[in-house]
Amino acid sequence: MNFKLKVWRQADQNSSGSFETYEAKNVNANQSFMEVLDVVNDDLTKEGKEPIAFDHDCREGICGTCSCVINGEPHGPEDKVTSCQVYMRSFQDGETITVEPFRAKPFPILKDLITDRSAFDKIIQAGGFISVNTGQAPEANALPIGRETAELAFDAAHCIGCGACVAACKNSSAMLFVSAKVTHLGLLPQGQPERNRRALKMVDVMDAQGFGGCTNTGACEAVCPKGIPVEFISRLNRDYLTASLMERPESE
Amino acid sequence: MILKRLFQSTIGKKIIMALTGVLLFGFVIVHMLGNWQVFSGAEALNDYAHLIQSKAIVLWGFRLALLGIVGLHLWAAITLTLANRAAAPEKYAESKALGTTWASRSMTLSGVIVLGFIIFHILHFTVRSIPGSPDYFQLNEKGYHDVYAMVVHAFQNPILVGIYVIGVGLLSLHLSHGLQSMFRSLGWSDRRYLPLQINFARVFAGFIFVGMSAVPLAIFFQLKQF
Repeated sequence: MNFKLKVWRQADQNSSGSFETYEAKNVNANQSFMEVLDVVNDDLTKEGKEPIAFDHDCREGICGTCSCVINGEPHGPEDKVTSCQVYMRSFQDGETITVEPFRAKPFPILKDLITDRSAFDKIIQAGGFISVNTGQAPEANALPIGRETAELAFDAAHCIGCGACVAACKNSSAMLFVSAKVTHLGLLPQGQPERNRRALKMVDVMDAQGFGGCTNTGACEAVCPKGIPVEFISRLNRDYLTASLMERPESE
Repeated sequence: MILKRLFQSTIGKKIIMALTGVLLFGFVIVHMLGNWQVFSGAEALNDYAHLIQSKAIVLWGFRLALLGIVGLHLWAAITLTLANRAAAPEKYAESKALGTTWASRSMTLSGVIVLGFIIFHILHFTVRSIPGSPDYFQLNEKGYHDVYAMVVHAFQNPILVGIYVIGVGLLSLHLSHGLQSMFRSLGWSDRRYLPLQINFARVFAGFIFVGMSAVPLAIFFQLKQF
């Protein structure tokens, strides 16, 4: 298979970028999209040119590092996979494939396809944790958790924090990400003591980082590589409203 | 604390949007039921119009409350839209509208057009200052405003019929997303209720379009002796 890759090139955060087109020839249909980028980068390096900078790490869809928008879809054309799990058989031979970075104000472009997604880390630092006393691990069966609750919490825990939800949203809203974290921890007994504070703090930081609001269009769920459902956003709204009603002044 | 959170956070503003949206939806339903009095004849509509206009304090209390609700809805919409646009300043060279509807992506556009339509509608039938309209201050034999004659006269004009049908059409488009979005913004939605809420929104949006446009269309096409 042969392809043309139309790739966003940007030298650094302060430069303005533009598209460059590269040829990818004799590509195996079962090569992954990122392997093709590797091959193109080899050629660029041999020619003495700057290779395309792109984020990747585990290349098995679980770390949330890779972050391209391929042909207008965050993580490309396949359903519920990350960019690293996209294979060339998903494209038409001879096609021009457009590759862009995630575009959102809170995710500044550092270079080419690499964005700085540390805004998500700041949200996690605000409340995406539980506090436990140190000591021996408690007996696993001492805290009974119903199967349905465990499954729902696990659905939310699937979120890998890649930011595709923000990339797909016309408002660059991080609500699906925050809702997955708040749902995951808020459903489990270990997450109860900090449940209200978590919802308030995470939303405060989400707003402060400059993410937009949710208009319930559903684009986030459609591109999420882990299939996080928009129903968690309702749950976040509910937790936030409840927590706001029960909130006490800081001094108490 | 709750008020500060409602008026300052993105989630809080969406809750305000949803609550005012529910009230405005209720008003649209009542308004539509009132409009249908035209099908019962001149006396029914004029008596109904007189009933809601007869107590100045009730009328103006209602109008001011409605204005406040619209004001809050608009304020939340404007501040959120500005923040949302600031959060996504750069467009993609290529983008696909995955998993979304046109109605959900165009709430600002449909909202602005509906606002324009409401202003026109108030200038037309309440303030009566649209050029070319006759003086509607006729009184009937009971001494009530002859609203019936005013409405029937207005909808002989195809341009006015067009404006009203397009206006309520965009209102319905706005509601087809707004009526499902409000449940989600208020935190009442999960995988059991979501399909029901989507259907509720679509059915009521369609119902309002048919029910609202029935009046100008029935008068214009003389579907009944008016």
